[in-house]
Amino acid sequence: MTDMIEVRWHGRGGQGAKTASQLLADAALDEDMYIQAFSEYGPERMGAPMQSFTRISKEPITIHCHVTNPEVVVVLDPTLLRTVDVAGGLSEDGTLLVNTTKSPAEVRKELNLKGCKIYTVDATRIATDCLGRPIPNTPMIGALIKVTALIKVKNLIKGLKKKFSKKFKPEIVEGNIKAVERAYEEVKSE
Amino acid sequence: MSNIQALTGDGSVANAMRQINPDVVAVYPITPQTEIAQEFASFVSDGLVDTELINVESEHSAMSACVGASASGARVMTATSANGLALMWEIVYIAASMRLPIVMPVVNRALSGPINIHCDHSDCMGARDSGWIQVHSENAQEAYDNTIQAVRIGEQEKVRLPVMVNLDGFILSHGMERVELLDDAEATKFIGELKTQYPLLDVDHPVTYGPLDLYDYYFEHKRQQVEAMENVLEVITSVGEEFGKLTGRKYGIMEKYKLDDAEVAAVALGSTNGTAQAAVDELREEGIRAGLLKLRVFRPFPVKEIVEALSNAKHVAIFDRSISFGGFGGPLFTEIRSAFLGNDKIPATANYIYGLGGRDINVEDIKTVYKNLTSGKSETVNYVNVRE
Repeated sequence: MTDMIEVRWHGRGGQGAKTASQLLADAALDEDMYIQAFSEYGPERMGAPMQSFTRISKEPITIHCHVTNPEVVVVLDPTLLRTVDVAGGLSEDGTLLVNTTKSPAEVRKELNLKGCKIYTVDATRIATDCLGRPIPNTPMIGALIKVTALIKVKNLIKGLKKKFSKKFKPEIVEGNIKAVERAYEEVKSE
Repeated sequence: MSNIQALTGDGSVANAMRQINPDVVAVYPITPQTEIAQEFASFVSDGLVDTELINVESEHSAMSACVGASASGARVMTATSANGLALMWEIVYIAASMRLPIVMPVVNRALSGPINIHCDHSDCMGARDSGWIQVHSENAQEAYDNTIQAVRIGEQEKVRLPVMVNLDGFILSHGMERVELLDDAEATKFIGELKTQYPLLDVDHPVTYGPLDLYDYYFEHKRQQVEAMENVLEVITSVGEEFGKLTGRKYGIMEKYKLDDAEVAAVALGSTNGTAQAAVDELREEGIRAGLLKLRVFRPFPVKEIVEALSNAKHVAIFDRSISFGGFGGPLFTEIRSAFLGNDKIPATANYIYGLGGRDINVEDIKTVYKNLTSGKSETVNYVNVRE
């Protein structure tokens, strides 16, 4: 189980954190990995802070408990940095990826973080450009796989097509793919 | 041909139902219903099954419609959860006593007060004396596999009893996992056709179901239910073996994990077993001879098999995800503890009540339980992760 990766997604209800956790898992499955994707179910509603989780491993995943020490944390909403302990349980060599207009150095200062790698991307703008709506989940997955190499982009796009084609019009599916590709290119490191 | 998909527990069970293609499914289509019924309803709308889907006005009516349809000679399923099962209560008993092999996935969740929608086993444990077969699932794969096998088990001629397929609420029902489905044709072949017995709709051979049955024969009918239950373990084992030949995933009554030489062991139902397995691995690395007994079948209660499996352990922690207020520990604990009476070797047993209303239990929590057992820090009944 040592090579299992745990990802924690912080979002607000309606931003697609649950969908993001599942899309990542689904794409990892296409690479023959074992996966889990689950969300915290409380009194969450549109706009309220919520968390979602993805586990990815080459070996079968047997545990069914909460994620407390994730290797990767993804923050879909910049305002959560002030209200939620997004870096809680994140290890010194962990990865923090934030949707914000700020630079990684500014985020580090704001959160007063010592270790871990910090990346930022303006996913809200990318989503607005590509989708016409500020739903940052798919570009954030694009940025995530750039900085972690957890899965291949082509598998993410394949999974996204499979899942979204059932629900959305072709232009929305295309817009999401474009958003993934742009975030993959635009994500900033320190 | 493998068909691997990312599915939630609800999705995997709905797909099992699609492959079972029951004649009738009666469900209450509102909360506390789960996505099982929702996804299955979309299979009906998409024409992927031939099922007559009856949306009823309550869970009591859902089980009543299932009883009627099953007695008429149909293959019947429903699905429910928590308070929904509670509302079915009266008819749950009647389904078993009429020997109707209805299959019902139950997403295990707390019975409220205060309101809680998360996992525990209060719902199914309340139905433990109802005459239903009760099978538990560790993960989404097992929820799928158990649902497919349940049809065969319940419909077996010497059983003819309804089956509850339990899966942990949210942890499994809403968690997406890697699940391998059978090919539709393989599934159809494995499940087979329902052999009807005494169907109401066979007008050439009229029968009566559920008549008044007072001092004269009621007790004999209850005795026959006991007899039917006694045939179940053997059927579960043979169906599980046949399923194993088809899929490579063999099922029995229970699963032993590093138990044969274990000094300290635990017993649990459902999804916690996977977490406990990780705890056992870590304890073994620390030099502690830990083992685990995953109980798949709670009803009928496999007394002989449990005693045999745990006899060599010195200490046994029995995990209960439900509580019996005013009782002497949880239901699993009281039954396992009494099962050992009269046996040559009797391990020291302690009850650990955990996870009520979805309270998390992680690898460290379970390791602590094992360690407390051997160091004499355990009481007879203990509560894991609760503020005292």
